[in-house]
Amino acid sequence: MTLSNPPSQEHGHQSHNLTGFIIFLCSESVIFLAFFSGYALLKTSALNWLPAGVEGLEVHAPLINTIVLVSSSGTIYLAERFKAKENMALFRGFWLLSMAMGAYFLYGQYVEWSGLQFGFTSGTFGGTFYLLTGFHGLHVATGIGLMGLMLVKSFIPGNYVGGEQGVEATSLFWHFVDVIWIILFLLIYVWQ
Amino acid sequence: MSIQNPLGHFVNGQGLWLTAVALSGVSSIMGAVNFVTTILRMRAPGMGFFRMPIFCWTALAAQSLQLIGLPALTGGAVMLLMDLTFGTSFYEPEGGGDPVLYQHFFWFYSHPAVYVIILPVFGIFSELFPVYSRKPLFGYVYVAVASFLIVGLGLVVWVHHIFPSGVAQWMRNFFMFSTMLIAVPTGVKVFAWLGTIWRGKLRLTTPMLFCLGGLFNFVFAGVTGIMLATVPVDIHVSNTYFVVGHFHYVIYGAAVMGIFAAIYHWFPKFTGRMPYEGLGKVHFLLTFVGANLNFLPMHPLGLMGMPRRVSSYDPEFAFWNVLASLGAFLLGVSIIPYLLNMLSSWVRGEKAPANPWNAIGLEWLLPSPPAEDNFGENVPTVIARPYGYGTGLPLVENQQSYEQALQEA
Ligand SMILES: [Cu+2]
Repeated sequence: MTLSNPPSQEHGHQSHNLTGFIIFLCSESVIFLAFFSGYALLKTSALNWLPAGVEGLEVHAPLINTIVLVSSSGTIYLAERFKAKENMALFRGFWLLSMAMGAYFLYGQYVEWSGLQFGFTSGTFGGTFYLLTGFHGLHVATGIGLMGLMLVKSFIPGNYVGGEQGVEATSLFWHFVDVIWIILFLLIYVWQ
Repeated sequence: MSIQNPLGHFVNGQGLWLTAVALSGVSSIMGAVNFVTTILRMRAPGMGFFRMPIFCWTALAAQSLQLIGLPALTGGAVMLLMDLTFGTSFYEPEGGGDPVLYQHFFWFYSHPAVYVIILPVFGIFSELFPVYSRKPLFGYVYVAVASFLIVGLGLVVWVHHIFPSGVAQWMRNFFMFSTMLIAVPTGVKVFAWLGTIWRGKLRLTTPMLFCLGGLFNFVFAGVTGIMLATVPVDIHVSNTYFVVGHFHYVIYGAAVMGIFAAIYHWFPKFTGRMPYEGLGKVHFLLTFVGANLNFLPMHPLGLMGMPRRVSSYDPEFAFWNVLASLGAFLLGVSIIPYLLNMLSSWVRGEKAPANPWNAIGLEWLLPSPPAEDNFGENVPTVIARPYGYGTGLPLVENQQSYEQALQEA
């Protein structure tokens, strides 16, 4: 963050939206931290963690999903680089690709959910599983929405001439969603 | 549907309450984002972190606590809402859930919440003691940094609220220790205020009286706080009036009195009128006596075993309860001179000069009340630490020109 930055010398006319957004993300991460620790506590203290008839979670499809989502962090980074070089065509291309990868992840999540043998009310395992994946999925959907918004804004003339912090904020949000997913994947799928 | 929602109605008291908790959590997070961003990014030119008034430090600390604590409470509230409406079992033992988990979420925020309330009041004390003692704040850097030690420690003490619940012994030991440790940064602040008052030229104005009374009550609350941190004592007095007494000494005795001090101190700046000293002192006297008479008897009551949250009590508790009721009555009466003072002085009080208390600070370089955009284009550059009382050194560049402009106006 910006603790070492000197205060702005120009008075009042600077935008600090990005700083505010980063602070918001730090705060948002605590909600996930709360859910994660709740998951860990319920799991370690459970007598019968898995509901009757459930063997465990299939890892293969979620792993592919994970690879797609984490790679989209790379494509969105490339998009930002192209925007910095003012190559708007490639910026939009990679931006759209990242959106598509996010959408693929959501689709994969939907497919996984529809094939599961347990529901939201199947004990603490079912509850925490759907709470965590659902809450994260909500963030992925929000991220795709934000990216769509930025894409539309990029077509409005004069909008991206310097000082545009929305793209930066959106891509930060996307990295955030990816990092959360990695932790979530380790917690739910790897630690079984 | 859970036991607590036996009729199964989707809209019910618990659901509405939890939605409100989640909503106000989100709104407070937004407010905290605003405060923290403003303090980090929009300070006056030249105002480095160690030139900020302590009030800004404590506001930053308090709002950081909001940012870290509230999401946990909000997350916990969402899980409870799902238990009640969708039939999950996060907290329900029958479904493998754990009610103590909810207590953890609740207190992870709700202990720091007390610091969210009291930290800005520490800021008020640190602003006002130097003004009315005519001395620089003793140990400025330590007072500033102690705010963040309180943030760090304040986040790892929450289990002291649930010692009697099913928590492991190592947790009791750890959280007893961490809770006692928090007395150190708090003690640093109290020591700094005493050092500021020590041999100062005290002016016993209404704001100063409220500060002194608030400090006295706070020290008392600190002593009972240490008692409550001790596991055996806590388990003995848990859920009794002892806890109620301790809490009210913090919230009314220290926080509310500190806020009254701030209101009297900045009233001329806000309104351009001076509050009446006489009514202010009556208000202080009634508040101080009333608060102590109301809350001190709660301690013996708690030690005798009177439980909290009851509508009636055994005859053996009558003596102290009558005293406490008398104090509560005094506290109620104390609001009359206060309201009278605020209303009448706002309407027809003496016109306030720009700097009635002879205080040092950016706001005192502006007319009372200040213009909407404060300094407009003429923003001063800060060149010194705050609270340079008795040093004669200026706070901002070309301070004389600002003071001259005030005299001409
Ligand atoms: Cu506490």
